[in-house]
Amino acid sequence: MAKERKSLTGRLSAARASKPKLAVWKFSSCDGCQLSLLDCEDELLAVAGAVDIANFPEASRAVVKGPYDISLVEGSITTPHEAERIHQVRRQSKLLITIGACATAGGIQALKNFKDVKDFISAVYASPEYIETLAKSTPIADHVFVDFELRGCPINKYQLVEVLNAFLNGRKPNTPAYSVCIECKRRGNICVMVAQGTACMGPVVHAGCGAICPTYNRGCYGCFGPKETPNTSSLAEWWKQIGVSEEDIVRGFRGFNAYADAFRKESELHEVRD
Amino acid sequence: MKSNRSIKVDYLARVEGEGSLTVKMKSGEVTDVKFKIFEPPRFFEALLRGRKYSEAPDITSRICGICPIAYQMSSVHAMESIFGVKLDGQLRELRRLFYCGEWIESHVLHVYMLHAPDFLGYQDAIQLAKDYPEVVQKALRLKKIGNNIVTLIGGREIHPINVRVGGFYRVPTKRELNTLLENLEWARQTAIETIKFTATLPFPEFEQDYEFVSLRHPDEYPFNEGRLVSNKGLDIPIREYENHFTEEHVAHSNALHSVLKNRGNYFVGPLARYSLNFDKLTPACQEAARSAGLGESCYNPFKGIIIRSVETLYAIEEAIRIIKNYEMTDAPTVPLEIKAGVGYGCTEAPRGILYHRYTLDDKGNILNAKIVPPTSQNQKTIENDLREFVKNNINLPTDKLTWQCEQTIRNYDPCISCATHFLKLNIVQEDVEE
Repeated sequence: MAKERKSLTGRLSAARASKPKLAVWKFSSCDGCQLSLLDCEDELLAVAGAVDIANFPEASRAVVKGPYDISLVEGSITTPHEAERIHQVRRQSKLLITIGACATAGGIQALKNFKDVKDFISAVYASPEYIETLAKSTPIADHVFVDFELRGCPINKYQLVEVLNAFLNGRKPNTPAYSVCIECKRRGNICVMVAQGTACMGPVVHAGCGAICPTYNRGCYGCFGPKETPNTSSLAEWWKQIGVSEEDIVRGFRGFNAYADAFRKESELHEVRD
Repeated sequence: MKSNRSIKVDYLARVEGEGSLTVKMKSGEVTDVKFKIFEPPRFFEALLRGRKYSEAPDITSRICGICPIAYQMSSVHAMESIFGVKLDGQLRELRRLFYCGEWIESHVLHVYMLHAPDFLGYQDAIQLAKDYPEVVQKALRLKKIGNNIVTLIGGREIHPINVRVGGFYRVPTKRELNTLLENLEWARQTAIETIKFTATLPFPEFEQDYEFVSLRHPDEYPFNEGRLVSNKGLDIPIREYENHFTEEHVAHSNALHSVLKNRGNYFVGPLARYSLNFDKLTPACQEAARSAGLGESCYNPFKGIIIRSVETLYAIEEAIRIIKNYEMTDAPTVPLEIKAGVGYGCTEAPRGILYHRYTLDDKGNILNAKIVPPTSQNQKTIENDLREFVKNNINLPTDKLTWQCEQTIRNYDPCISCATHFLKLNIVQEDVEE
């Protein structure tokens, strides 16, 4: 998680030089968050007009040398090579923005962080000598300073445009840190937990998706990670009251943001040890 | 021209994921070809152990941001086969419609943004847009129409949230689906133009004697169901997949190479589907394909760009048909009786067949999982293509040959994020390279 946000304005004005250079970097991930940029069908050409897309291998062969004004970083750190490469990216970037749950919390692959690595590796490898992997999948901010973190698995493409727009114009992005419940109420949904007894993570999850799941009649499953000051133990208590087992509470918190502090701690409290 | 030289592309562009390419030549002969995947492994099969059957569609969709629906479809069909459930009627049709959306979005992305720039000599679609803005704008609108189907049914375009074992969480109303029709009619015309446009591109003479593998269904062009067939005599139910196919772990790749036992490499994806199912395409698709110069089968992988365009037209026509006949069902899901067992699912991702197998205990917890994505099935064929292509074009200057080698790989629309995964292997072939 980003440790500090100070001196942002200084970095911003640096990024405002004429036609800023944008780079997109991939670490361990599914490519979905960077694809969000290509999924901005209505905005893509406008974005491409406002910045120089200097390094975006998923979309282009062309590579312009750094330094870059804005780097978007997707994915978590899972190999020794990645742990080195992220420092190179940081050195070349005036602003480093992480996009998505892998980059901000380690992603679904951080489920391996909860296992005994030795057992885990012997269970999965055919020829382990061919593979290099770290014991844990960790977020970018565990390795280098991060200027801004955009949440989501995947990120919301409109929020991505908002973040780029904000940094290009020297203002703070408008990506509220309140809960999914606020978005859900605003959509006029009936609460799935109160009305139907469906387990929902909405009260502790960071807004950004637009409360899609409750709108589709299912409980939130936590794509955007913990909100600011989440009361996870209260939510776990609620879940118990509607009949959710300890096992399922652990599963709930161990999803795509399992290694985010608040979710990791809560899941560990409910783990049944034998 | 130097006779000893090598081609190296350290970070292959316009593919999904991280891969590189090395071709070595000595005295005018190709001595080594490696399409290397260095995308880090994320161990999905291991992560799935101990999770509930109901979580598989959400977790496996995170293998790939480009074809999450394929993962959701293969996993739910595998789980349903354990519980003895088969969806029919409108729920089955809705899944088909959902898949149409992914095919349109993924194929159009590849045709215009990843592949066409190669044929026209551009670094990317944004450069292309500077000279041909109206072409790229149309492409983006077409792609968006695919995404609109996905978003309406699935809640969002990447990692949709509405798929569950047994059906959906919520089914759309007839009125909601009808809002898509106007754009789909426009898309039908644009897809026909796309086929015409791709047919005019310059194609290298390059045909190989592939073994094509795809699903085949008696009544329809395949998405979610069917038998696995090939042009060389394979015809099996999907539960027998592992009796016929095996995966090899090679030193230079973080993805496993899949082969047909005793026969070797094979080819999955649009060329295979088309060549094995031409008779199931709509008359309009068949006609458009013929006027683009295609026969009932196609062995030139560079022409995959035309075939993706034909399949885009098919997906659009199929979407229109499903929406016009749609009646909203009362229940979004069918009831499930959870039990232990082994289940198999295989569906046609935009890039080819995607196989899933799960073993569940009696509480519905996953004991083990196996996933074979299309790109790992094509990887060996890609290397063979490269070897042949370089052999035939050895006199080209290095920069041109390098670009065409990249194009040879992009013919397969490889999804490297998908191909990288790990599972326990029982068989390690003796011909492991190096």
